[in-house]
Amino acid sequence: MSQDFRLESVGLINRDKKLSFKFNGKKYFGYEGDTLASALLANGVHLVGRSFKYHRPRGFFGAGVDEPYAIVQLYRNNETEPNIKATEQELFEGLEAKSVNCWPSVDFDIGAINNFLKIFLPAGFYYKTFMWPKSFWYRIYEPFIRKAAGLGVASTKHDKERYEHKYEYCDLLIAGSGPSGLSSAYAAAKNGAKVILAEDKPRFGGSLLTSDVNIGNQSGKDWAEGIISELKTMPNVVVKNRSQIFGYYDHNMLVMSEKVSDHLPKTKKYHPNKRLWYIRAKEVLISSGSIERPIVFGNNDTPGVMLSSAAKEYLKVYGVLVGKNPLIFTNNDSGYETAIEFQKHGVQPVILDSRKNPESEIIDEAKSLGINIKYSYVVVAAQGYKKVKSADIASISDDKKQLGKIENIKCDCICVSGFWTPSIHLASQSGNKTKFKEEIDAFVPGTSKQQETTLGAANGVFSLEETLHTSFAKGRELSKKITENDNEVSIPNVVEKKSSQHDKFWCVPLPAGKNYKRFLDFQNDVAVSDIEIAIREGYRSIEHVKRYTTLGMATDQGKTSNLNGLQLVSEIENKVVPAVGHTTFRPPYTPISIGAIVGREVGKHSKPTRKSPMHAWHEKNNAVFVDAGVWLRPRYYKRGNENLFEGSKREAKNVRTNVGVCDVTTLGKIDIKGPDAAELLNRVYTNAWLKLPVGKARYGVMLREDGIVMDDGTTTRISENHYHMTTTTAQAANVLSHLEYYLQLVWPELNVNVVSTTEQWAGAAIAGPKSRDVLQKLFPNLDVSNEGLPFMGYIEGDLFGVKARIFRISFSGELAYEVNVESDYGNFMWQKIMEVGEEFEIQPYGTEALSTLRIEMGHVAGSELDGRTIPYDNALEGLVSKKKDFIGKRSLQRPAFTEDNRQRIVGVVPLDKKTSIPEGSHLVKDAKATLPNPKLGHVSASCWSVEYDNPFSLAILKDGKNMIGEKLFAMSPLKNKVIPVEIVSSHYVDPKGERVRS
Amino acid sequence: MLYIKCPHCGMRPQIEFSYGGDASVKRPELNKEISDQEWDNFVYNRKSLRGKHLELWQHISGCRQWIKVERDTATHEIFKTFKADEEVA
Ligand SMILES: [Zn+2]
Repeated sequence: MSQDFRLESVGLINRDKKLSFKFNGKKYFGYEGDTLASALLANGVHLVGRSFKYHRPRGFFGAGVDEPYAIVQLYRNNETEPNIKATEQELFEGLEAKSVNCWPSVDFDIGAINNFLKIFLPAGFYYKTFMWPKSFWYRIYEPFIRKAAGLGVASTKHDKERYEHKYEYCDLLIAGSGPSGLSSAYAAAKNGAKVILAEDKPRFGGSLLTSDVNIGNQSGKDWAEGIISELKTMPNVVVKNRSQIFGYYDHNMLVMSEKVSDHLPKTKKYHPNKRLWYIRAKEVLISSGSIERPIVFGNNDTPGVMLSSAAKEYLKVYGVLVGKNPLIFTNNDSGYETAIEFQKHGVQPVILDSRKNPESEIIDEAKSLGINIKYSYVVVAAQGYKKVKSADIASISDDKKQLGKIENIKCDCICVSGFWTPSIHLASQSGNKTKFKEEIDAFVPGTSKQQETTLGAANGVFSLEETLHTSFAKGRELSKKITENDNEVSIPNVVEKKSSQHDKFWCVPLPAGKNYKRFLDFQNDVAVSDIEIAIREGYRSIEHVKRYTTLGMATDQGKTSNLNGLQLVSEIENKVVPAVGHTTFRPPYTPISIGAIVGREVGKHSKPTRKSPMHAWHEKNNAVFVDAGVWLRPRYYKRGNENLFEGSKREAKNVRTNVGVCDVTTLGKIDIKGPDAAELLNRVYTNAWLKLPVGKARYGVMLREDGIVMDDGTTTRISENHYHMTTTTAQAANVLSHLEYYLQLVWPELNVNVVSTTEQWAGAAIAGPKSRDVLQKLFPNLDVSNEGLPFMGYIEGDLFGVKARIFRISFSGELAYEVNVESDYGNFMWQKIMEVGEEFEIQPYGTEALSTLRIEMGHVAGSELDGRTIPYDNALEGLVSKKKDFIGKRSLQRPAFTEDNRQRIVGVVPLDKKTSIPEGSHLVKDAKATLPNPKLGHVSASCWSVEYDNPFSLAILKDGKNMIGEKLFAMSPLKNKVIPVEIVSSHYVDPKGERVRS
Repeated sequence: MLYIKCPHCGMRPQIEFSYGGDASVKRPELNKEISDQEWDNFVYNRKSLRGKHLELWQHISGCRQWIKVERDTATHEIFKTFKADEEVA
């Protein structure tokens, strides 16, 4: 099909660049600068989809963001994206799109049977119909609805596009580049203010692109072009097209989505698909314009019925005629402007004006052009199924209640104008108390809550001259406040045609004996009759009517339907519109890609990755890594075909028999300095700290104020007023904040400084009976004997020229040391350890072996210190001082914490000595008890004991102290396991702790 | 996203801060005999105020200082911010 509806040499498209595209599999041509909508209309294609509920044929209603119907599935560069508005999608070579909401095709749609069964689908039908019978829901209703309804289909493939986030600050953020946006931006820019001007469309200028006005002796469009090119040259101005400000948040932060690549066949290398801007503005100027509202009449959803402003835009911007036999239906002068454009381009329109005898310059012009105008006339119903073929029209009485005799006139489109609705969404989102403006029958912004001002049509001002004057003045005034410059800008003179008052008329009555559907909300298929039902059934609040009927709840958020819905409710209720009130506008103003919101934080980038200085060595030596918070830690070092179980068992066994080395860099480390450091530790930890000598380490437990264990670790006194605290990997950040909280707010009199040194030190734990031999080789000149460096001792040494800290502490329960060097030397230290350890059969071990070793020993870790346990539960009550006070001590007196049969840590061994117990299993008395089976405790950690070669677990068990020797069942419904077990001591290996002291 | 004036660093976005609860709560002194009720009030009992609220925030991604912020819990308006040791006027 050729472009039969394209005018020659009209519009702003680039006719030198012809583009081919496909819609529903069929090939068409358009031009660069087209939208998918304008290109389809140029080819005479009006049928683009089916409606959501009744599957009625739907065409184009608007020409931009307000479009309720023309939502397509887009295919671009081997990817697909749902819910794209054809009116916003710019055409590119090779574009492919398909209709949604139709099954099996847009021309033959099974769901359209709903249209003929519509008696079953009135307001609230989801609530009523599908409630009964209940069993039908899964089998019949849901599959049917899923297949027949729904908008597009999301791709299940990984999105290869990149999305960026950007943070920006400015003096003035201006939303919209129409006459008011341009004027205020220009005035503010001239005062040196930092300005961001955002336009959602590809072209700047807003209404100036289509209106027949003159500014400063040039056309509005040329004036806009001049201003934009000057703004672009100014260093203090950022001008962005294809950029939608969609959310107005607290403290003047606005979010904008910039479509960087959607208009191209393929995203350019190194370019993002979209860029999300978080903009903090000192002042916001909302110049978002207004959206034409429809007049409601029978079958007003038929393809070919559209907003008169859209018809004008298709003509003036794209050179496209939406029809060759247009009928204009208006209650104000805007319809005349569209009619005049048609007439000028060789198409004879007919105007139906609901007003009796309006007079204005525009009407005079239409008359002088010889346009056929019928006053006090309305469209009663559109006729035609997949496209408007004719219209039933009639005269209407002055009170708008009585229709005259119905006549039928041929037409191929109906362009409708019911006057203008200011786009107050952003103002409303900002917290502005909007008010109803009687003269325009619409809401406008009222009292501001934040630093925002709404100008021009968005503020209900439709005179160009007034808009320019207020916008220049406002831009100058606001920027002057910020920059203190006051440069006068001369305001150009304006030539525009004066319009007359619109008619307060928005809905055509039904003729006797007819029950045409008259739609209010086109995307959600909400008709006048649905609102009537809702009100008849007792819904009064507009918020309830909205939810019951789904009015304004579609993806267009009722941009074209809200006010007519309000008019209807107020009419039935016999209230004025402001008393009915409007529903709340919430961000986003228009749907935004999830990808843009997520930004770069996907996959590996969803969180930072922290690696120890020894990471490269681990990688080279076949480490299998595991995520430990944001750290990557070796889980085990794979040898040959070993699996995790075999590898970790080998490593743990080697620690128990020879010596192993583990990267413990990830442990949190906090440097504590000051004369009151000991006092701080004494208050933070449950045990006593005032008498710890220099050169000694101590294990400590800290609580939250509610008595729950927060963290554990060792702290070492490096010198008189200097301590080195370690925390668990997971709690490192929380413990630092915790210390800072008490030092800054609760006990500011303590003279102590704390700072995180986690990343400053690389750590290696050398553990096993032969660890002393390895240490001696590392530090030949040091006395590392049991006397020279006893358990919990600390010395400093020289590791082949590198200063090292040596702690004799043990997590594995074996004789063990922890060596720390500055991070840059971590890899060097590690290699030296491996080198000197070779003769002692040293092996690196990962977190899995580390767990095995600590579980066997009954040492608690994160799985026991889980935010639900107190010291007693972890058999740590010996560390709780009775003499001194500390954080959380008072809570330990709570009755539940002092009960005799309080939960406590125990060991668990399967009776068969073979079956591993899944972590998280519940311990129960009777495996066959009726559900819910009373839970006595839960398994917190499991391992394969390398000491005894059988499974062993730790558990937190009710009355654990008196349960040793009991036989219970470990049940894991998740793993479908019931395992008979025996409760034993949590200290499974070396209960007296002799090894660490050897 | 709130815009909070750190008394040490100036206007900074909310993502740099972490919330720390009611700033008017005072921890009982150490080693002092207190009733269960007093302790419960300190540890657990908080008012869920609508309106002006003095709260603690820590500038974790900045100077790491704990600060006091006087904020309206309903409108998010921030009236004033204070250093940890500053008297709240
Ligand atoms: Zn700060």
